Amino acid sequence: MIVAGIDIGSKNIQVVVLEDGTVAARVSVASGFEQEESARKGIEEAAAAAGVTPADIEYIVATGVGRKAVAFTQHQVTEVAADAKGAFALNPAARTVIDVGADEARAIRIDATGKVIDFAVNEKCAAGAGAFVEAMSRALEVSLRRFGEISLESTESIPMNAQCTVFAESEVVSLIHSNTAQKDIAKAVHDAMAGRVSAMARRAGLENEVVIGGGVAHNVGFVRALKDTLGVGDLHVLPEPEYTGAFGAALIAAQKVAEGVPALNPQA
Amino acid sequence: MPEETKEFWRWSEKVWRDESIDWRGSRAITAGIDVGSVSSQAVILADGRLYAYHSTRTGSNSPDSARKALNGAMAGADMSQEDIRYVVGTGYGRVNVPFANRAITEIACHARGANYMVGPSVKTILDMGGQDCKVIRCDEKGKVQNFIMNDKCAAGTGRGMEVIADALGVPIEDIGRRSFEIDEEPPPVSNVCTVFAKSEATGLLKAGWSVNRVLASYCAAMAERVSSLIERMSVEPDFFITGGIAKNEGVVRRIERIIGIEAVRLPADTVLDPQIAGALGAALFAHALLKKEQKASAQA
Repeated sequence: MIVAGIDIGSKNIQVVVLEDGTVAARVSVASGFEQEESARKGIEEAAAAAGVTPADIEYIVATGVGRKAVAFTQHQVTEVAADAKGAFALNPAARTVIDVGADEARAIRIDATGKVIDFAVNEKCAAGAGAFVEAMSRALEVSLRRFGEISLESTESIPMNAQCTVFAESEVVSLIHSNTAQKDIAKAVHDAMAGRVSAMARRAGLENEVVIGGGVAHNVGFVRALKDTLGVGDLHVLPEPEYTGAFGAALIAAQKVAEGVPALNPQA
Repeated sequence: MPEETKEFWRWSEKVWRDESIDWRGSRAITAGIDVGSVSSQAVILADGRLYAYHSTRTGSNSPDSARKALNGAMAGADMSQEDIRYVVGTGYGRVNVPFANRAITEIACHARGANYMVGPSVKTILDMGGQDCKVIRCDEKGKVQNFIMNDKCAAGTGRGMEVIADALGVPIEDIGRRSFEIDEEPPPVSNVCTVFAKSEATGLLKAGWSVNRVLASYCAAMAERVSSLIERMSVEPDFFITGGIAKNEGVVRRIERIIGIEAVRLPADTVLDPQIAGALGAALFAHALLKKEQKASAQA
C-alpha cells in the first residue's frame, strides 16, 4: 500500500510517501505562487524518489495553510491533527507538541493515546514565527544557520524591547551601531522569539515530554532559547522536524485506506 | 561615487519661515523640537506666533537630529541658539535633546498643536507617526483628557506604510493619490502583520494586480486597523489627524468612510503641515513656560 501526506505551507511544500507504513520518500519543494502546480511537482518528485509513479499512490491527505487550494488530494486535515499524529508516532511519550514554521507556530497538547486535548496557534504575527529570526539574521547579514550557532556562544541576556518584527529590525540595527557582539544580538533575538512561542505553548498547556517540529527546530539557537524559557525538563527535537505535518498526513492516509474510506475527491 | 539609493519611504524635508516677522523685535523666542523615530521637526515661535519650522529625517543619534532640525528652522534668519529663550523637547527622543529646558510627552504636545492649528473645536486627534499611532481626546484648551495608543505592532503605523512604499517602489507622497486611480475598490489586504502583508502585496502583483490596486488594498487595510483603534475611544468631532499619515489621503478618506466622521482639513493655502503638530505644541508649551518664568522673576 502506497500513500502520501502533503503539507502545503506558505513557503514550502513537504511530501512524505509511505510504503506499507514505512517512509519511502521525503521531498520538499517551494510553494511559489502556483500552489496547485507546485504541489503536483512535489508529488511527482516524491513518487520518483520512492521509485513509483504518482498513479501508484492510492490515497493522498493534504494539510497546511494551502490544503484547500489543491484539488487532486483525497482528503484534508488541519495542521493540528496532522502534527499531533506525526509527532505522536515519532515519539509516543510526547504530550506537548510545538511546531514552528516560517510563517506560523502551533502548540498542541495530546493525551497518552495521541488525541488532541488543546492547542494554540499563531498565524497572525511574524514575531512568533521563523520569519522573525530570518529577518534579524538578514539585518545582521549572517546566514540563518550561522545565526543560530553563534547565539550558543553567548552568555549575555540582552532584553529586546520591540515585540514587532519590523520594529525589532531597527532595534537590531541600533544594537549593531552600539557595537554589541553579533553572538549577543543573536541570543537576544532567539530569546525574544522563544518568549513569544513559550507564551503560546503555555496557552495550550505544557506537559512532559515536550517535542518540537517544524523547520525552525533545525535552529539550534532557538531550540536552546526555547528550552531555557519553557523550563520543563527537556525539549526533544523530532527527527526530520519539518516533515512532521506531512508524515502525520501520510499516516492518516494509510489509516483511511486500511479503514476502506472512500475518497472525498473521487475525480482524482 | 556610489550611486545614492532612492528612498521611497520618507516624506521630503521641508523648511518654512514667515518673512513678514522681524524676530529681533520680539521679546520671547521659543522653540519646540519633536524628535520622532523617523522624522524630526523644529518649530520657532516669536512672541507666541509661528515664525519658522523645519522637518528633517531622524538620524541614528537623537541629539544630532534635534540640532539639525533646529538649525534648519533657524537657517537664513541670522538666528543662533542663544537667541532662543526656552526650548521644549518632545517625541520618542525627547529626553535626548541636550539643549531643551524641558521634555513634554508628544501626547500633550500633539493635542496642544492641533488646538492651535484647528482651534478650540478640535476634540479628537489621531496622530500617526513613524512607529506608533495614538488617539487623543482633548478639551477646548487642547488639554489631554484621555488617549490610547499602539506602539507594539508596525501594522497601523507609518512604518507599515513605509515598508510598502519601499517594496513597491512608490514614493510615500504619491501613495494616497495613486490609491484612488483604480476602477473599483479592492478588498483590503488580508494579513495584519506588516511582514506578511508585504509578501501578500508582492503576491498580488504577481497575480496581475496593478500597483495602484495593491496600494488601494493596502491603504484600506491600514484604515481598518487604525479605525479599530479609533473606535475603542468614542470619537467626538471635530476630528483632526496629525503626523505623516495625515498627508496620505488614501488612508484618511478610507478611515472617514469606516468611522463615518470627516476629518478637519486645513485650508488649501495654509502654511501649516500636520506633521509639525507635535513640535508646534512643544513650542507653545515653551512660550507659556517662559511667560511663567518671566512673571515669577518679575515678582521676585
